[in-house]
This record gives sequence, C-alpha cells and structure tokens, in this order.
Amino acid sequence: MSDTDARLHLHDGSDHAPGDEPASGHEIAEGLLGYIVGLFLAALITAVAFFLVGTSLVWRPSIPVALLVLAVAQMGVHLVFFLHITTGPDNYNNVLALAFGVLIVGLIIIGSLWIMANMNHNMMPTDMMHM
Amino acid sequence: MSFAARTTAVGLGGEGAAGAPSVPHELSELEEKRIIVGYGFWIFLLSDIIMFSSFFAAYAVLVDETAGGPSGRDLFHLDIVAFETAFLLMSSFACGVAIIGARAHRDAMYYGAMAVTALFGAGFLFLEIREFLGMIAAGAGPQRSAFASAFFTLVGCHGVHVTLGLMWLLTMMAQVFAKGYRPDIMRRLLCFALFWHTLDIIWVAIFTVVYLLGVVVV
Repeated sequence: MSDTDARLHLHDGSDHAPGDEPASGHEIAEGLLGYIVGLFLAALITAVAFFLVGTSLVWRPSIPVALLVLAVAQMGVHLVFFLHITTGPDNYNNVLALAFGVLIVGLIIIGSLWIMANMNHNMMPTDMMHM
Repeated sequence: MSFAARTTAVGLGGEGAAGAPSVPHELSELEEKRIIVGYGFWIFLLSDIIMFSSFFAAYAVLVDETAGGPSGRDLFHLDIVAFETAFLLMSSFACGVAIIGARAHRDAMYYGAMAVTALFGAGFLFLEIREFLGMIAAGAGPQRSAFASAFFTLVGCHGVHVTLGLMWLLTMMAQVFAKGYRPDIMRRLLCFALFWHTLDIIWVAIFTVVYLLGVVVV
C-alpha cells in the first residue's frame, strides 16, 4: 500500500491528474468550497425556476424561454462545480467530447421537433380524409 | 507526448486548471491510467445523454397527444417534484464530499457522505415510485396515451439509472471497506461520481422540460 502511495506522489503541484494522492487538510477545504459554491448556485437557480412557474410578476409568455435558459445555466453549474469540466488547457479533450455530445443532442431534439411539426402541418386532418 | 499528458481526468480535479498553463510533465503509469479511464467513462456518459435526448425528443413530440386522457397539468404535483429535485441535488453534493473524503483517506467522511448520498437517492426513488403508482391508479398508466408512454419511458429510464446507481454506490462502499483506497478502487469511485453527477444533470432537464413546462400557464 505504501509504495503505491509513493508512486502516486506528484512531481510538482501545477498540472496533474487529480486523484489518488491523499489530500491535505487545505485541499479538503478547497475541494469542499467548490462543491458548496456549486450547491448554492444550483439551489438558487432551481428556486428561481420553481418560483417563475407560479408568479405573475413577469410577462408570462417569457416564462418558458426563461425556464429553458435557467436549465442550461444550471447544467453549466453542475458541469463546472461537480464534474469539473473547465476551459483549462488540460481539459481540451473533455470539452471537445462534451461539445460533440451537445451537437448530437441538439441535432436529435431540434431535428425531431422540426420534422414532426412539418409533417403535422402537411398532414390532412383526419376528419377531412373521408371527404 | 501522450494523450494523457495533455489532459486532466474529468470529475475530481480542477487543480490543474487553476494556475497558469504549465509545461506538462511525464505522468506516472497510474496517473495516466486514471485519466484514460475517466475520459473513457466520460465518453460513455455522453452517449448515455444522447440516448436520453432521443427520449426527450419523443416526449416533446408526443406531449400533447393525450388521446382524451389526463395531461401533465392534471397529473403533476410540483411540490413533490421540488422535493425530488432537492433530494437529488443534496445527493449529488454528498457524493462530491464522499470523493473528497476518499481522496483524503478519511473513513468517517467517506462512509458518512456515501450513506447520505444513498439516503437522498433512495428518498428520490421513493417519491418517484409513489408518483408513478399514483398515476397508474388514476388511470394514467403508460398504456393510456402516447403522452403517458413517452412520460413513463423518459422519467422511468432516469429512475432505472438512479436505481442502478444506488446499487453501484453500495458496491463502492463495500469495495472500499474490503480493499481500501487502492488506485483501481479509486478509479471506479471516479466513474461512479461522474455517473451520479450526470444523473442530476439529466434530472435538471427532466424537471424543467417535463414538469415545469408541463404545468406552466402562459
């Protein structure tokens, strides 16, 4: 066990794979702080989203768009503070994979909605089919 | 320069990105393996998200096809959904705390936070199953309409993921107990944490698209 730990010791503190080296008390506090900030932001965004559904304070047609924007923002918070996807130079591969995933997700969802709306529009209503 | 030397394991880190860009150093075999395992699992999670996106697309297309049956507005209870959301968020947070505890080799922090993660996850599942049974009892089971089918497929698929994640969580507690904080166990823990956090991201999309947009009156 101890020689495994020794092999995991890092050459310097700047650019390393996070992980197996036992973290010091300082690192624990730092790590916790990130998760607490993420939790606070996520809870705040969620609360705003649930509040918007019932409120009459804002122009109501704007609410669905606002809810979608809040959802995207909260996913961003989760990605940064919980999954630690950052824009740092050592994170290119992770971000590129994510970007490709987002592209495919966008194609599937927007493409499906677009095509199905178009087909609905072009389809003869059922009550006219027997005329 | 190897692939691994250019990247950081997804999930636990962030330290590497904090300072100025530094010259990549030669990584040890274990560090490199950890990065590659994390990256591979990240690719799997993205493919899982893509699978969910097709269920989301099906739901969005079919949401109004209630065949004369109840719609989301008649069925959803936002107070329950708020509790489900809070439970899953707290669970995700506790999972992060557990990972910090595991990295620090602190048993109390690791096992305690993992137990909290499991309890909140189980609480979420309990509420979700109760909601499903209530809908089925009210005659809005998956066979009632295209809307109901799409709803149960999408939300149920997420529930299945949470169930599998709970089993994985208990397995990881047992593995750390039996084998200690070995590098291979820590890699599995990394993958589990990524999985659990990703489930919360998918839940954000579900509570927004299915529940909030389902009941909002424009």
